[in-house]
Amino acid sequence: MIRYVLLKVGRALFVVWAAFTLTFVLLYVFPADPIDLLFDPAELRTVSQETRDQVAALYGFDKPVPLQYVDRLWHALQGDFGSSVQTGTPVVQAIVDVLPSTLVLSAGALVLAVIIAFAIALAATLTRRPWLRNLIESIPPATVSVPVFLLGIVMIHIFSFTLGWFPSFGDGNGIGLVLPLITLAIPVSGPIAQLLVRSFETEAAAPYVTTSQAKGASRPWIIVKDIVRNASLPAFTIAGITFGNLIAGSVIIETIFSRGGLGRLTQTSINTLDIPVVQGIVVFVAASFAAINLLVDFLYPVIDPRLRASLATGPRPTALAGAPA
Amino acid sequence: MTALAPSPAGDLPTPSRLPAGRLRRAAAGLLRQPALLAAWVIVLLMIAWAIAPGLFTSASPYTSDPSVPFAAPSLEHLFGTDRLGRDLFARTVYGTSTTLTATLIAVLVAFTFGSVIGLVSGYFGGLIDLVTMRIIDVFLSIPSLLLAMVIVSVLGYSTQNIALAVGIASIASFARVMRSEVLSVVQSDYVQAAYGLGVGRFRVVASHVLPNSLSSVLALAALEFGTSVLAVASLGFLGYGAPPPEPEWGLLVAEGRDFVAQYPWISIIPGILIAALVISTHRVSTSIRRSH
Repeated sequence: MIRYVLLKVGRALFVVWAAFTLTFVLLYVFPADPIDLLFDPAELRTVSQETRDQVAALYGFDKPVPLQYVDRLWHALQGDFGSSVQTGTPVVQAIVDVLPSTLVLSAGALVLAVIIAFAIALAATLTRRPWLRNLIESIPPATVSVPVFLLGIVMIHIFSFTLGWFPSFGDGNGIGLVLPLITLAIPVSGPIAQLLVRSFETEAAAPYVTTSQAKGASRPWIIVKDIVRNASLPAFTIAGITFGNLIAGSVIIETIFSRGGLGRLTQTSINTLDIPVVQGIVVFVAASFAAINLLVDFLYPVIDPRLRASLATGPRPTALAGAPA
Repeated sequence: MTALAPSPAGDLPTPSRLPAGRLRRAAAGLLRQPALLAAWVIVLLMIAWAIAPGLFTSASPYTSDPSVPFAAPSLEHLFGTDRLGRDLFARTVYGTSTTLTATLIAVLVAFTFGSVIGLVSGYFGGLIDLVTMRIIDVFLSIPSLLLAMVIVSVLGYSTQNIALAVGIASIASFARVMRSEVLSVVQSDYVQAAYGLGVGRFRVVASHVLPNSLSSVLALAALEFGTSVLAVASLGFLGYGAPPPEPEWGLLVAEGRDFVAQYPWISIIPGILIAALVISTHRVSTSIRRSH
């Protein structure tokens, strides 16, 4: 058990360190001259050699690469990812500033997405007409196939400009949040719904359902009491994918709705080649991803007693997180 | 030990050689599934647009006609015109090859590198496998859109670089599928039998492991096609692709964004086409996967 915990924690820490190293290589080593990236491409030719040397010294580019790496890693370990090239704000501060806005958006979208996913899975399981079931089952793949930016634009067109119900600018956490939230929830709900539909189907064929039926339980009763409870657990295994969808979606949605947040910060920092901020965001996202997966790995046996048993006896508990290896 | 059937010479029985009867049955099956038929039509039509755009429209995607800015869709301008009076149908049709080529490159990059990495990792195992899989974990822990954005920012903005970035960002998932396939194939009786017959390592990989592991990876490639169209269009929409006069689907949507209030068709029509293509490729690839 202790070995299991240590292994998982070790892997999570490795992912964060490797994300840092990967972005260091990509952003600081890979470009022929990283100093070029620090200037506006349009002004690049007018920059004097003297200024370049000063900037290089300021950012530590005059030192050999391994030394730069050790230096940056040492600072990063202390929570210092440097400062934004554009605004001068410390990277950590810049991320913390915009984080609440994205958290509110993502949390709301996640709740809505889960509700949509359950509605789809329940509808598909409850219906007895094959054509209706097929129709419902085709919804989840469709939600992930429609580009998020199209969804956002259609939403704005219908609900802001035609009906005038909601503002097309989504800043703040009031009524402006409604459209971005729905737009983000739709693609996020797709994979969850797909998984739930499949797992409802498997559970419906399980022996304990037959037993319940034999004992005279009604169909809706079985679905709500037995199937929903047991079939919902696998949804936790795609927590990481869901997180990735939320982040990717927020990049586009925050752009369309001119809403401040982590996604918008990502886009502006990439547009302006604000390397320290880009690195900070990638490491932050990878760390969150690792933390979420770690949490799922630890919580899953707590929620599902069957796994707890196998964890105590089984020699190989690594496969339980369900991520198809 | 029926698996011994492939002769030591290594030529596998190829079930893909379709007899006429099977082909006719496939066509009949297609007619019974109108949704699948529609998906095939859309995919083939868009491939045709990409190959020979001139056959479908006589208008130029670049010439603007200042007399008809923001024309609504009509028989003359099927998809309407944009703010410069450029024919949007022509821009969409000519943009298809940009988007599809980028997608194809992305999938090829991911497929090639992913398969090789997965094959090496799964076949040799041990330390190589351990190190590769941990590196793949890292790539999987960064959302692919974010990773692609970072890669594009380093490579520079262009459609080719978008394609490369999207491809690199999805290498990890291909490598993982390939690896798990290779692991199960290496354990199988016919591979063991081939070793027993004295076939060399390289021959075994080339004639047994590779062909038998590729089918799942090919299925993934087909599925990944739709996802890559989305990723390419998203990056184009965010402005990391070809510079403005170029017609690219994501960019077309972005260009119409400022006029959504009055002239919604400018961005909505190309957006719907992207969705239609993604849904259709998804449908087609799922049906191919099921029939195999």
